[in-house]
Order: sequence, then structure tokens, then C-alpha cells
Amino acid sequence: MDSVQFLLFLILFPLISALFMLAVRRDTDRDWIVKLSALVIGAVTVLLLVTQIGQGAVYLWFNAEPVSLLMFALEMVISVIILWFAVRFRNYLVIALTLAETVLIIWFESAATPAVMVKDPLFLDPFSIIMALIVGIIGSLICVYSLGYMRHFYQHHTGIPDRTNTFFIIIFVFLSAMFGLVFSNSLVWVFFFWEVTTLCSFLLIGFTKTEEATKNAFTALWMNLLGGIAFAGAIVYLTYQPAGMLGLDQVLVSGKALILIPAALIGFAGLTKAAQMPFSSWLVGAMVAPTPVSALLHSSTMVKAGVYILVRFAPAFQGTTVGYTLAFVGAFTFLIASGIAISQTNAKRVLAYSTIANLGLVVACAGIGTYEAIWAAILLIIFHAISKSLMFLSVGTVEHRIRSREIEDMNGLIVRMPRIAAIMTIGIAGMFLAPFGMLISKWAAIQAFINAPFGLVFVVILVFGSAFTLFFWAKWMGRLLVITPDAENVEGLVDKNEWIALVSLAGLTAVTCFIFPVISAYLIEPFLLANYGTVANLSQDNIIIMMMMLFLIVLLPLSILLPHKKARTLPPYMGGVETAHDMHFQNALGARTEMKLANYYISPWFGEARLATTGICLCSVFIVIMFALAFVGGGAFL
Amino acid sequence: MAYLQKSPWIIHYDASSCNGCDIEILACLTPMYDVERFGILNTGNPKHADIFVVTGSVNEQNRYVIRNIYDQMPDPKVVVAIGICATSGGIFRECYNVAGGIDMIIPVDVYVPGCAARPESIIDGIVKALGILEEKKAAMATGAPVKTAVPAAAAEKPAGGA
Amino acid sequence: MISLAWAAAFILLAPAIGGLIAGIDRKITAHMQGRVGPSVLQPFYDVGKLFEKEGAMVNETQRFYVLSYFVFAIFAGGLFFAGGNLLLVVFALTLAEVFLVLGAYSANSPYSHVGAERELLQIMAYEPMLLLTVVGMYVAAHSFDAIDIAGFPMPLILLLPGVFLGFIYILTFKLRKSPFDISTSHHAHQEIVKGVTTEFSGPNLAFIEVAHWYEVVLMLGFVFLFFAASWILALIAIIIVYLLELAIDNTNARVKWQLAVKSSWAIALVLGALNIAALYLIGRA
Repeated sequence: MDSVQFLLFLILFPLISALFMLAVRRDTDRDWIVKLSALVIGAVTVLLLVTQIGQGAVYLWFNAEPVSLLMFALEMVISVIILWFAVRFRNYLVIALTLAETVLIIWFESAATPAVMVKDPLFLDPFSIIMALIVGIIGSLICVYSLGYMRHFYQHHTGIPDRTNTFFIIIFVFLSAMFGLVFSNSLVWVFFFWEVTTLCSFLLIGFTKTEEATKNAFTALWMNLLGGIAFAGAIVYLTYQPAGMLGLDQVLVSGKALILIPAALIGFAGLTKAAQMPFSSWLVGAMVAPTPVSALLHSSTMVKAGVYILVRFAPAFQGTTVGYTLAFVGAFTFLIASGIAISQTNAKRVLAYSTIANLGLVVACAGIGTYEAIWAAILLIIFHAISKSLMFLSVGTVEHRIRSREIEDMNGLIVRMPRIAAIMTIGIAGMFLAPFGMLISKWAAIQAFINAPFGLVFVVILVFGSAFTLFFWAKWMGRLLVITPDAENVEGLVDKNEWIALVSLAGLTAVTCFIFPVISAYLIEPFLLANYGTVANLSQDNIIIMMMMLFLIVLLPLSILLPHKKARTLPPYMGGVETAHDMHFQNALGARTEMKLANYYISPWFGEARLATTGICLCSVFIVIMFALAFVGGGAFL
Repeated sequence: MAYLQKSPWIIHYDASSCNGCDIEILACLTPMYDVERFGILNTGNPKHADIFVVTGSVNEQNRYVIRNIYDQMPDPKVVVAIGICATSGGIFRECYNVAGGIDMIIPVDVYVPGCAARPESIIDGIVKALGILEEKKAAMATGAPVKTAVPAAAAEKPAGGA
Repeated sequence: MISLAWAAAFILLAPAIGGLIAGIDRKITAHMQGRVGPSVLQPFYDVGKLFEKEGAMVNETQRFYVLSYFVFAIFAGGLFFAGGNLLLVVFALTLAEVFLVLGAYSANSPYSHVGAERELLQIMAYEPMLLLTVVGMYVAAHSFDAIDIAGFPMPLILLLPGVFLGFIYILTFKLRKSPFDISTSHHAHQEIVKGVTTEFSGPNLAFIEVAHWYEVVLMLGFVFLFFAASWILALIAIIIVYLLELAIDNTNARVKWQLAVKSSWAIALVLGALNIAALYLIGRA
């Protein structure tokens, strides 16, 4: 297969799966189709990697004319669908925004001449391969997981009609759009796929059709539409530039001063998609959706599209005040979202804020735009996608067993659900602990920031935010690992499909840590070389040290199995009071008292209300400054 | 090497003492007597302690506490009963709310009578306990049974509460 | 770049040095309090005794956590003395600390739990300043590697006075000295018994103690780096710094965690960040 066939297959095959979903009636048929599709998508993505690696960027001619017309038609359809929902729920903001966006789309279509259209709208480069792997492998695993999850979901919500088919249709359409997004060179195509993901996200957040879900779905919609308008605005602007500025390749080699305005606009679009402050509330609200949605769209793929486009534009941002302001939005989002995560007791909200924070770090790297920063950014994207999706899926499984999303209810999970808790521990470790992936990425980010002009500010923000992340992850991990002797093991009922996904992702977390030097050498560095002329990497010594640490971490748990004398078990110290195994005791007045341990959440310092308001105000100011610099002037070089 | 003798950590518990003996025990830690020069540390944690220093006599409230603290100490361990109340109940022996000396609950290795016991006697008692501690350590090493049998008088402890 | 000989020397000698420092610490503290105090070899007797105790545990996983804490504390120190990347050293040290915290969590005990929470607060308090120390050294000496920083021709203290003072501030946390010994301490009765080490006993506790000695030597190594251009000066500085910490320890009561955390962050910003920024301004970056 040549490159074009690969890309087209990946974009179109999920749509075929979606079509089959329309006809499916029996559970077993659906299982078959989803698993087969997942397998095919995953396998083809890996095949893509294996065959296309080392090729550098490949631009693929495609007869774009009929496709562009089709896209325009579909964009109108999307607008109509959104309008229909908005009218039905009387959401005037969404109506206004959709109309504005539609006007921009029509404006572009009418103003566009054939000269402006991109000749080779499809392309493939190492970064696209990385994104495709994330979508293909993680996306497929999440599809398999969803089989178990949705079955359980409908078993426990017997009142509502079973719309599992619809669920999978939207998921497959979404996967198709994500592939299209990362394989598109034409900004017009990127915009089309971008809007498809907005629609999918809206439908999936509101999937349960509760009042809260609908409200949150519309919040996500208007914020993403705002980004969409900015994106469309950028396209319209580029249409009026000298010929051929709508392709990513052309945009980036043009003079920086020319593309500051579209860069700022698309930067804004990326910020909304990646739920950066002040647009973070939609991602937090999206947590009402079924957990596979949170795992797929709202941590590993769709929000990555937002930072993906920012990383693509990084050469344009490098060394400009526009880029720096964008980076500040990301950096402060990282700091503040990490802080808020400390005060959250709901596991999915912690994961949401952590996602926002990590994306903020990527945005900061993209805004700074040096090759070291981009190296860190891509590492962050990879590791975060894997670890975060693992965490979301684990939380979904745990929620189904213990009927709660609260971290405090996960006390002693290592006894109640040992293997799931172990997997979650791997996931959490992957998020903040050396020598796992996120730590490597953070390390790279520190080194990248310190070498950039004015980078010290970012370093300071990073070290503080990093301390916050350590606090909330470590206390969650501790909560899981409490050994409560008498707790009952409820793990037996976990669905096999969920196991497949969880174990695979846990394995992937470990494997990517081990092979990250290889990923860096074969995928990231060629990308950097092509776009910057130089590469960044960790020195050989440091890689060896990382490997040592990894080996130690793998070996040390074996110490539990070491033969040793059977030691006496002591009860915990309770000031001399006799306690039962479940730690209840007789208090000084003779009454029965339970011991209850809970984590610190420090709401007075890290409460959501106060910090979110600060973040929203601060980042709004930065965004205004960014636009001012781009449109009015002074946006160029530092 | 005789590490136990050189680094005896104590846990001090006031069972029902009038605090007279407790003050004398704390006096041992002050610069006047300075037992830290023997390596003695007053850790408040039974899991870290070698010597259980008890003052006051047993009553219904502290019966199970004394047992609990004793059980939580890792072997080898010794018990030193300070003051006549811990030894036998002292002048409160006949009271309705006093059961008797500590040896009703746990095996006591050294008795330091007095009311209140003087710091010099207390230090003397601890030093005697150190010798016993070493004997127990030797017994532990050879696998011989360590004398930690609980007297029959100790009632069964409740698991805690209704 | 990496000197295995130095790493080996650290691994073998640090317990002896750390234990001796602990012993001298107790001796001087005793004299400050008008007492005679124990022998300077007392910490070794303590650890020896702990190894002789029964290996009773609250649960089976404690051994793993303590061992991991021990191994990674040695790893961090070994990497430092081998001349390796300081960021990695800090990250490895953090990893070690997290294992200790997890071990404390696993015990399902209130004192242990509060100790673990406070230990995390402590880490959150000092980590910014510790990382800024490393960053400051990078900005001044143009390398993250300890070997390059040690080889810098000028004593770094001249370029990084603020960072140094900030580091001394958080050194109090790492040495577990008042006023910042909020999670566990060598002093008598804590308000949370022994805090993070409450539920560890016997050999486990011995390993924790020895790991702490390794950490102390590592931290003093950081002090050394500020004066590395002249070894005599560095040695004198280490002695003075440790005596200062002792004096602070004996004259201050433990503070609440809120004050500990907030003040550390303020110090990190004011002393640490501003110092490094100043380096850029004077062109020494």
C-alpha cells in the first residue's frame, strides 16, 4: 500500500464500521464488529508506522476539488444539525455562534479561487504518525473497553432506551475525523475535521440526555464554536493572502510577520479545543459523559487535536511575543489547574483538571516553540495520552464496582480490587513519578524553558505546578494502597473487555517508558530535524540512568516474594486503644467509634471557585494581549 | 555486639499514677540525670520501644491499654514497673477502683518500688532491665522460648465496642 | 562524565559519615541543653539494635516500600556523587520519599496517615526551592551535571547568595529539624507520635534511619556544591551550615504546616527566583 491508500483507509474504514453499527441488533454482533474494527485500525496504524517510518514528510497529491465540495456540504449539514439542537433547547448563544461560523465558511467558499486551494491536502510526517498511533492504538483499546462499560451502564440504567449503537457510531465517526485531522495538510480540511470532532464531542457529552449532561454539552459546544469561528476567521484571512497559504507547509515557511494573525487565531482555536483557561469549564463539565468518552475525547485524542495544531504552528510562534503570550496562557493554566486538582475529591474531576494542566504545559512548550520545547511537547503528548486514558478507564471500572467516583471511597482499593488498584498505581506513577514518562517530559520541559529567552518565568511556574501535581497524585496513590485487612474483594465481576483494555494500556505505559529513546530517535528527532534543522535529546548517560531506575522499579516489588521468616503482625497504634480489624474501637464513653482517614484537600488555598476565577481573569487578559499584539502590531520578534 | 544494652528506647505509660513517679521519670531525662548518655530515648511509640516503663496501678480503663501497648512492642522487650503502685497497687491497693500491680496484666521484669521512686532508683532499675533485655535477646537468637507469658489474671480483651 | 568510583565511595562511606554526623548532632545538642549526651557512636548502636529486633510489621508490603525508599535514596546520592544530572538526582530523591509516604499510608493508622499527609505537604513545600537551586546552578555554571558544577572556577555562592539562603531554609525540612519537622522528628513525642515512621519497627526502621543518613550526606553535598571551588572553604561552610541548623533546631518550636508551606514558597520566589533573574540581568547567565 502506498501512503495515500494508508491514510484514506484509516480515515474511511471507521466510517464503514459506523455504517455496520446502524444495522446491528445483537450484542454478540456488535462485539464482533467493534473488536474486529479495533483490531484492524490498530494493526493498520502499526503497519503505517512500520512502513512509513524514516521517510520524512510526505505530501500527497489528491484530487481535492470534489472532496472540498463534499466537505463544504457536510459543514453545512453540521451547522444545520447544531442549529437544530440549539433551537430545540433554545440556546441562543449557540445559534448566534453557529450562524457566525457558517457565514465565515460560506465567505471562504465564495472567495476561494482554485489558486488558493491546496494541491496536496493529505500528508504524513513523523508527528502525524505519532498522533495516528495514539488515535489508532489508544482509540481502539477504548472501543473494546466501551463494550463492557456500556453493557454494564445499560444494565444499571434499565429505564432509558439502549443507544449503544448510536454511541459506537459517533465514536467511529470521531476516530475517522481524528485520523483526517492529523493527516491533513490543508487548513480547510483540518477545520472540517475539527468541526466534526466538536459535533461528536457535543453529542457524546450529552449522551445520557440528563439535564446536567445537556447543559454541559452546550457549554462545550459554544466554547468550541468560539474556537471554530477563530479558525474559520484564520482561513478567511489566509484566503486573501498571496496564493497558496492554506497549506500547513506553506504557512510555516512564509515570513513570520505574515502569519501572526492566523497563528493567533488558530492559537485561540487550539486553546478552546484544549480547554485552556478561560475555557476550562467545558472539560470539567464533560465528565458527566460515560467514562470511555472522557478517556477518548477528553484526555487522549480530541483535546490533543487542540495542542496538535499549536505544535504544528510552533515554528511560527517561536521567538514572537504572540507565541510568548500564548505560552503564558498555557503555563498559568498548568499552575492553576494543578492547584485546583488538589482540592477536588471526585476522581474524574481530578483527572479533568490534571488533563487541563498537562495540556497547558504542552501549550506553553508550543508557544515558546524552540526545538527543545517541541521535543518536550511531543513527549508530553505521547505519555499523557497513554497514562490519562488508562486512569480514566480504571476509574470507570472502579466506579462500576464500588458505585462511587470519590477518591475517599477508593480507600484500600488494593485489597478490594488488587489488580485494578495495581494498574491504577501504574497509571498514577506514569503521571508524575520518575522515571516514568511524564517525568521525563517534565524534565525535558525544564531544560527547554531554561534555554529559551525569558524562560525563567516558565521554569518557576513549572516547578511550583509540578509540586502541586506531586501532592494530589501521591495522596490519591496512598489512598489506594491502604491495607484494610478485612475488606472484601469485589474484583471478580470486571468485564473481560475492560480487562483487555486496562492491561494493554498499563503494559503500554511501561513499554513506552522503556522504549522512549527509540521513539525519540525514529519519530521525534526526524520531525524536529525537518522543521528546525536541529534535534534535541537527552544525553546517552541520562538515558542509561533512566533505564536503571526502571529496572529497579521492576525488580523491587519482587522483594515482596523474597523468602523470609513469617513475621508477627502488629495492629496499628491507636494510643493504646484496642481496635478491631476494621479499626473500630470503644471510645472513652464506651460507645463504638469508627476510625476514618481522609486526605487533605486544602480548599481554603486550592478551592475551585477562587482559583478558577483567578485563572480565567489572568488568561483572558493574556489572550486579549495576544490578539492585540497580532492585530495591532508588536507581535513579532523578541 | 550488645546493641540492645547501648540503645534502649523506652515507652513510658502512666496507668493510674498520681504523676509523682512520672515526674521522677521525666526528671531522669533532664540535664541533672541525663539518661540520654546511656542512649535512652523516650519514644512515645511502642513499635519503636524496648523497655516499657509503667507507673500507677491497673484499673478497668487501662487494663486493655497496658496489654495493647505491650503487644505492640517488638521482641525482645522488658517491662519495668516504677513505683509501688505499679508494683502492687501501693496505698491504693484496697480501693474499689484499683485492681493491683501491673503484673496482673503483663509479665514484669523489674520492680522499682518507692512513692515516688527516686530517679537514682529508676535508673538503677532500667540498668537492671538492660541486663535482662540482653538475656532475652540471646534466648531469641537461639530460638528458646522468650518469657512473655501473660498471667492468668489478665482478662480477655474485647475487640472494641458494642 | 560519570565517576563510578565516587558513587561507590558514597555508597560505602555515607552511612558511616551520616551516622557520625547524627551522633555529633546529638552530642552538641546535649551540650547546648547543659547535658552530657550520648556517645557520638550512638546512632550506630541504635541502628544495630533495631536490626536485632523482631521483624514484626503491620502488613507485608512495608518491607517493599522501605526497601524502595532505601534503594532510591542511595541511587539519588550515588548519582549526585558520581557527578550526574542534578535534576535526575532531585527526581530520584522525590521518588524515594514517595515510597516512604506510601509505606506510611499502607499501615491504615491515623498517626501514620497524618504523618504521610504532612510529609507530602513538606515535599510540596520544599520541592520548588530545591528545583530552583538546581536551575540556579545551571544558569550560573551552564550545566546540570554535578561534576561540571563542582568544577566551576568560582565559588557559586558568589553568584547565588539568594539561592543558597533559600536552600538553607529548606535544608531544615530535609534534615527533619525544627521548626519544620512536621512529619517526623528525632525528638521526643510528636503530637502525632512518630508521624510518618510510627508504624515501622525493627529492621524496617533501621533501613529508614540509614536512608536518612544517606539523604543527609546528599544534602550536605549540595551545600558543598556552592563552595566547590575551594574544598577547605566548602568543608568549613558545611560545618557552619550544620551548626546553624542545630542552633535553629534547638531554639525553635515546630510550626504549623500552613506556615511551613507558605513560607517555603515565599522564600523560593523571593530568594530563589529573584536571585536567578538577577543573574540574567548582570549577564552572568
